[in-house]
Amino acid sequence: MLITCPYCGPRDVIEFTYQGDGNRERPQPASQDLDAWNAYVYDRLNPAGDHSEIWQHSGGCRAHLRVVRNTITHEILSTEFARGGHKSADNRAEDRP
Amino acid sequence: MAEQPLPERQSPLEPEYHPGSHGNFEHGVDVILSETRPGSILQLAAWPGEEKRLIEIIRKVTGLALPDGAGGGVSSGGRAAFGFAPGKFTVVDEAEGLAQAFAGSITPAIGTLTDLSHGRTAIRIAGPKAEWVMAKFFAIDFALPAFPLGAGRSTNHHDIFAQIQRSGADQFDIYVFRSFARSFWKALCHASEEVGYEVQ
Repeated sequence: MLITCPYCGPRDVIEFTYQGDGNRERPQPASQDLDAWNAYVYDRLNPAGDHSEIWQHSGGCRAHLRVVRNTITHEILSTEFARGGHKSADNRAEDRP
Repeated sequence: MAEQPLPERQSPLEPEYHPGSHGNFEHGVDVILSETRPGSILQLAAWPGEEKRLIEIIRKVTGLALPDGAGGGVSSGGRAAFGFAPGKFTVVDEAEGLAQAFAGSITPAIGTLTDLSHGRTAIRIAGPKAEWVMAKFFAIDFALPAFPLGAGRSTNHHDIFAQIQRSGADQFDIYVFRSFARSFWKALCHASEEVGYEVQ
């Protein structure tokens, strides 16, 4: 299985680390909405088909990627930097100058 | 930071570094292995959006003009620089003290500088079979059109992280963690036996 890193190009899957389901949305850290936290921790779509996932190119440029993978065929349909155009995974605002 | 004389740096390869010809060299030596021992190995990182400013600082301090694009790099006159990750660059100088030369120019708003001179070991592989030996080690394309002169790549060999720069048509510089360098070196020597290698 090859994953095409947006920075490094096509690389073997052995260079990548799976970081989990990319469909989760983490509640604000101060949130006391137990249902939202429960959903964040436990609810998974587990589709038989296209699945949005977070991977890290841990054996290469170390960038976090959003990968759409078909869970039946393992075909990689798209890859992009996880930070590009998406909220950060922990919902914190970009507060750097 | 007051400048103090540093103790002489010892090579981690020393016990396994045997200059001379080895392996199957009766028909000629097809790769030459050496440790380049640069005085300075730096990692520079820019915050998102600050990459161009950092590239300009690298040009001002080292005189190396980094080309745009992922993994772009340049190597000339004892100095080398290449991108190895988004917004991150490795900058190398034969001489010590490159970190001091950057001091003050990389402000906290632009990015960070980490001096890895004592943390990395630089190994050079050169010769007509360099691509062949490298291709046995790393699952990336070493052909010149795919891996142009000066360009950098980050990958790994059995979990030993390696940064590779093409510093010549048939020459690569490999930067590995110092603590893994001897083991990596031994593996590289074994891999080079079939083509005949010389350690310089």
